[in-house]
Amino acid sequence: MGLGVNSRSSFRMRRRQVLRGLLATSAFGATSQIWTGCSQQPEAGSGSPTAGQQVTMGFIYVGPKDDFGYNQAHHEGKEGLSKLAWVKSVEEANVPETTSVEETMRNMIEQDGAVAIFPTSFGYFDPHILKLAKDYPNVQFFHCGGLYQEGIHPKNVGSYFGYIDEAQYIAGIVAGLTSKAGKLGFIAAKPIPQVLRNINSFTLGARSANPKVTTQVIFTGDWSLPVKEAEAANSLADQGIDVLTCHVDSPKVVVETAERRKIFSSGYHASQASLAPNGYLTGAEWNWATVYSQYAEWLNAGKTLTDGGIPHLIRGGLKEAFLKLSDYGPAVSEDAKKMAEAAKAKLMDGSLVVYKGELKDNTGKVVIPAGKELKQQDVELEKMNWLVEGVIGKVS
Amino acid sequence: MLNLNHWRSKLEAVVIPVAALLFALILFGIFCFFVLLDPKNIGQSIAQVFQVYGSIYKAAFGSWFSLQNTLIRAAPLMLSALCTALPARLGLGIIGNEGAIVVGGLAAIATGLTLGNITPLVSQVAMALAALAAGGVWIGAVGALRHYRGVNETISSLLLNYIAIALLNQLVNGPMKDPSSLNKPSTYPLPEAVMLGSIPGTRVHYGLIYGLLACAIAYFLIQHTTFGFAARTAGGNVKAARIAGLPVGKLTILICALAGSCAGLAGMVEVAAVHGRANESLNANYGYSGILVAFIARHNPLAAAVVAILLGGILASGGILQRNYQLPDATILVFQGLVFLVVLYSESLYGRFRLFRDRPAPPPVAPLATAPPSLSA
Repeated sequence: MGLGVNSRSSFRMRRRQVLRGLLATSAFGATSQIWTGCSQQPEAGSGSPTAGQQVTMGFIYVGPKDDFGYNQAHHEGKEGLSKLAWVKSVEEANVPETTSVEETMRNMIEQDGAVAIFPTSFGYFDPHILKLAKDYPNVQFFHCGGLYQEGIHPKNVGSYFGYIDEAQYIAGIVAGLTSKAGKLGFIAAKPIPQVLRNINSFTLGARSANPKVTTQVIFTGDWSLPVKEAEAANSLADQGIDVLTCHVDSPKVVVETAERRKIFSSGYHASQASLAPNGYLTGAEWNWATVYSQYAEWLNAGKTLTDGGIPHLIRGGLKEAFLKLSDYGPAVSEDAKKMAEAAKAKLMDGSLVVYKGELKDNTGKVVIPAGKELKQQDVELEKMNWLVEGVIGKVS
Repeated sequence: MLNLNHWRSKLEAVVIPVAALLFALILFGIFCFFVLLDPKNIGQSIAQVFQVYGSIYKAAFGSWFSLQNTLIRAAPLMLSALCTALPARLGLGIIGNEGAIVVGGLAAIATGLTLGNITPLVSQVAMALAALAAGGVWIGAVGALRHYRGVNETISSLLLNYIAIALLNQLVNGPMKDPSSLNKPSTYPLPEAVMLGSIPGTRVHYGLIYGLLACAIAYFLIQHTTFGFAARTAGGNVKAARIAGLPVGKLTILICALAGSCAGLAGMVEVAAVHGRANESLNANYGYSGILVAFIARHNPLAAAVVAILLGGILASGGILQRNYQLPDATILVFQGLVFLVVLYSESLYGRFRLFRDRPAPPPVAPLATAPPSLSA
């Protein structure tokens, strides 16, 4: 790419460029104007939902909807709505966490007549959703991530999230029993509470099955860094680690690299089984269809967040079918399946608590004293800033 | 002003870009046709392509509602484009826009939080000045490295982007972190009162006004001042400029600093008008889009404003293609890429058509029919 400027340009030429730009813009308008009559757009009544009518729901993703990860999981959840004939769903992918998402929400409300918006990326919440919620008090905004606070946030905002670390715990059991080296690898984006909780649950699951197992963690620094993720996966494989999992937006690269290196992998967000037919063990998957169908039913019944008909915060785990596990891959032994299923049953009936004392972090400090149990709903877990014993790595 | 001398070259300046745009639209139509193709009903597929054109126009410029969408997206691109366009007039290829935006945003939030709840105007002016200064120092340093140490300004400004982003991550994860921002580390928020609002009667923030003003000022500075003349001269031929006694070093550093301060101001607008705090969203690729705008505008500040609006319109129409036509989310990038490639390529067509060549009064009686096209622009 040549970065030099044309030094010969005279004043005449520069004025010509301005003119050119102006004309280009208007010509662009004029040429398209001809066909405006043909386009059909539902002109919006942006109003509150009325019982029994068609419900329009808008979904917004921060990345591509076929990313084998976070965004695909939400897209699959949205697709689950196709069973409900009275739901019309619209979606937009690759929407950055800037004014772009505000404009996308506005368009969905004004042009498609959406009565409920599901901006699924964590970073959409503050300030974008909060701003739009004030501008459109009759539209319901549901955010994935569980940030709603009573009295602070607008009444037409709600949030939903799942305790996906339950599924990670089970995936950990399978990984711990399948690993021959007893060494697991975890490629993570950032040392934030949600991620640390997954690393810890995965490790606790693995060590419940085989107490000698360790998990080596690598933080890449961001949600979507395919090159770094591949480097991390290769470096973990070089160290003799034989099961890889991750918490990044798209596990595609990690799972593919593991398969190429002929080691095992455990998935996250959505199923990556098709990427690693030999080495894929299982994976912690979201099952957003449950959540979105529930919201659709509420909206169809004319309920809103504002009138209290729809709860502001909904959470769930395996029991509530907010999550699922990928089908076991060919490398998973019968024993491992049996043990995983047993743990799953216990998590579902509530008899298994993942975080209970005495629990030490990987520096030897007691983080949960003996006799104390932190149930999945406990808010203390949402402030997690430690790595459990057995994890090799540092939070900062 | 308007005289009919050189009407042919004026006509050329109109016809070529319009033709380029039409050509890009046709290429895009062919692309859409194949994506939307339904082999059983080709007629309908063709009709759909025309509907797509209509929708793009409607979503970008078709109503006041959609025009505001376009302007909101254009605003940061104008300021960002100047960061590349200004030094380019001096022959420098600066691509450190992203970094200057980030440090500008950081300086603005630091100033805003330090001042706290004081008169909004004072706080806003202080934030803007801090951002201008930070961006100016950031890219000014590139100019200084270039002048005193001979460091390639393109490489150094690119690398400074990564340093700025690392600095941002370090600060929002450490010293400047609001402890309540657990899963998306951010700084403390600015007090609501000191936020830059929207232009009255619109939902477009004041960044648009800043952008338009900055483009106008930059244009005036480059085209109509001795300072601008000196910069352009140095850009044309450094040796000649030195012999003529122009302070090339000062010009380099000053132009770079001005360029950086424009991008820094864009960072301030992102913080004070959009996010209200600094976090990773500050690093939203406006810097890189700005480079694109500057190149399309051929580094003319006024043209940059126009191109930014065009690009804003293209970006604004991305949603409708996904929602109404189920086209892939990358479609709008394909369109953007086609427009830019064709417009850039059309640059090479100037002077190639005899129709547009200004000819001296009485035209030659018998021009050679087989004369090769001249390449002179």
